[in-house]
Amino acid sequence: MTSIAAATPAPPRARKLVGAGRRQWIGLLYVAPAVALVVVFFLIPLGMTAWMSLHNWPLMGEHSFIGLGNYAAILRDTRFWNALKFTGYYTVIVTIAIFVVAFPLALFVERPRPLTNLYRTMFFMPAVVGFASASLLWSWLLNVDSGLFSPAAYDLGLIDRKFNLLATFQPAFWSIIAMVVWKVAGFTMIILMAGLQSIPQDLQEAAVIDGAGPFARFRAITLPLMRRTLALALILSVAGSILAFDQFYIILRGGPRNQTLTAVYWIFNQSFVSFKLGYGAALSMVLLVILVALSLVQLWLLRKPEGLD
Amino acid sequence: MAQAASRNRRLAARIAEHSTGIIASLLFAAPIVWAVLSAFKPAQEARLPPLPPWPTTGFSLENYATLDTFGDGLWVSAQNSIYVSAMTVVLSVAVSVLAGYGFSRFRFPFKDLFFVLILSTIMIPFQSILTPIFLVLTKLGLHNTLTGLVGVYVTLQLPFSIFMMRNAFDAVPREIEEAARMDGAGNITMLWKVMLPLVWPGVVTIALFAFLGAWNEFLAALVLMTDQSKFTLPVMMTALQSGRFGAIDWGAVQAGVTVMMVPCLILFLVLQRFYIRGLMAGAVK
Repeated sequence: MTSIAAATPAPPRARKLVGAGRRQWIGLLYVAPAVALVVVFFLIPLGMTAWMSLHNWPLMGEHSFIGLGNYAAILRDTRFWNALKFTGYYTVIVTIAIFVVAFPLALFVERPRPLTNLYRTMFFMPAVVGFASASLLWSWLLNVDSGLFSPAAYDLGLIDRKFNLLATFQPAFWSIIAMVVWKVAGFTMIILMAGLQSIPQDLQEAAVIDGAGPFARFRAITLPLMRRTLALALILSVAGSILAFDQFYIILRGGPRNQTLTAVYWIFNQSFVSFKLGYGAALSMVLLVILVALSLVQLWLLRKPEGLD
Repeated sequence: MAQAASRNRRLAARIAEHSTGIIASLLFAAPIVWAVLSAFKPAQEARLPPLPPWPTTGFSLENYATLDTFGDGLWVSAQNSIYVSAMTVVLSVAVSVLAGYGFSRFRFPFKDLFFVLILSTIMIPFQSILTPIFLVLTKLGLHNTLTGLVGVYVTLQLPFSIFMMRNAFDAVPREIEEAARMDGAGNITMLWKVMLPLVWPGVVTIALFAFLGAWNEFLAALVLMTDQSKFTLPVMMTALQSGRFGAIDWGAVQAGVTVMMVPCLILFLVLQRFYIRGLMAGAVK
């Protein structure tokens, strides 16, 4: 189940078609719309972010150049650093939680047997639902009066008073973790499953003959051969979590007591609630540097095994 | 004796396996099922905790009907969402098919530079350049328009879909093209009549991803659409759920969430193999 790209070698590019030369230039026309979109909606905004970050830039009125003033302000902005710290904390916890659920699921659905396809589909379903829909759905389930969890626990006699899960930090935070794991685990499962299936069966069989137990086989064969898959699943989870916004905005509104403001949420507040566009741009630059650094780590983690390129 | 014992053990193992599978499946499906079923309760009942999830005081479409009474109404938002998603699908497919063909079959100046430029946009999340996008749209007169939002969504799809289409075209043998050219096919005829049918599965995959991306996107729509008449479903439903239209009507939230989820689920169930293919193509990259 790999892409056709992996299976088919690229056709020789040097070969010329009939009447080459001028006709090749037409290629520029084909890619022009895509390049134009990327320039307008990506390259220019990217340049502008850097430019704006050096300005005091209100929504209305003139903007003025203030050099590194915004960056100096960031250093003193404890709420931003708290948001960044919270984002990091959330990223670590949610990534671990996703793997703890997704890995057993991947092992469970890896081998074909009756009903496996049904299980895969069921586990994967929440992944195609949007984060906003999932958040709205869970904000209802988590509601203290009209929701499911608190009234159900009360009816079962587990608690003697209805408990508002969203009122204090710990239960609110773990509710979000539960929701994200529900939504994302199936996705991670499919990626891990592809990695498991790519391990040659005869390797495992040989190890069985050599007397290796299931745990030893997992450690000596499965894990090392899944390095790139694990790295990929890890990166997708980390990159997605660092940019988390929807669930914290919709379910918690950054609360309780602003304790669940993420980095993107803080940038959103500064740029589009307080309309400090220059400052928001400077914050974006900081986030951007962090993400590009992560991308470089990603390229290193995903490098092809030596001698196999 | 021993044989019977081992058969029993195998049976027990199988029962354990499938009970695990069924229970886990139910857990994953439960929140979705809960919302879909509860939405059919009369408004009075929908306000109470959903125990049991199905309507007990009679089946009703009241919650769907009330949705249209908030702000500019759900129907307006649904139309906006449909328009934005459909346009994103059509435009991202058109742009990516052209670009994929161009990158696969022609040599021209700056080709590698352009390809790397498009793919590298995936490294920088749009969340960090949203402010200037807002200003660029204002400059273009596209501020607070669905067209502007479509432009942003199409650009977001490009790295994945152009990569997919380039690979799909690369996999088509050159001989097919050469034969068609002998028969006098021009560039456009070639692409439309000869190549497109061969890369059709790739087109379905990128269309599916474009639809899901546009239908589910929240942050850009929240920031860029300031006028209620331009809200897409996620923005509209969040406004409703935040109490912007008075006391929160949870029955309406259930109905709205159902409207948001069902198209994604149906498309996924029907086009599952294309979805998984796309996921794998992204994964082996």
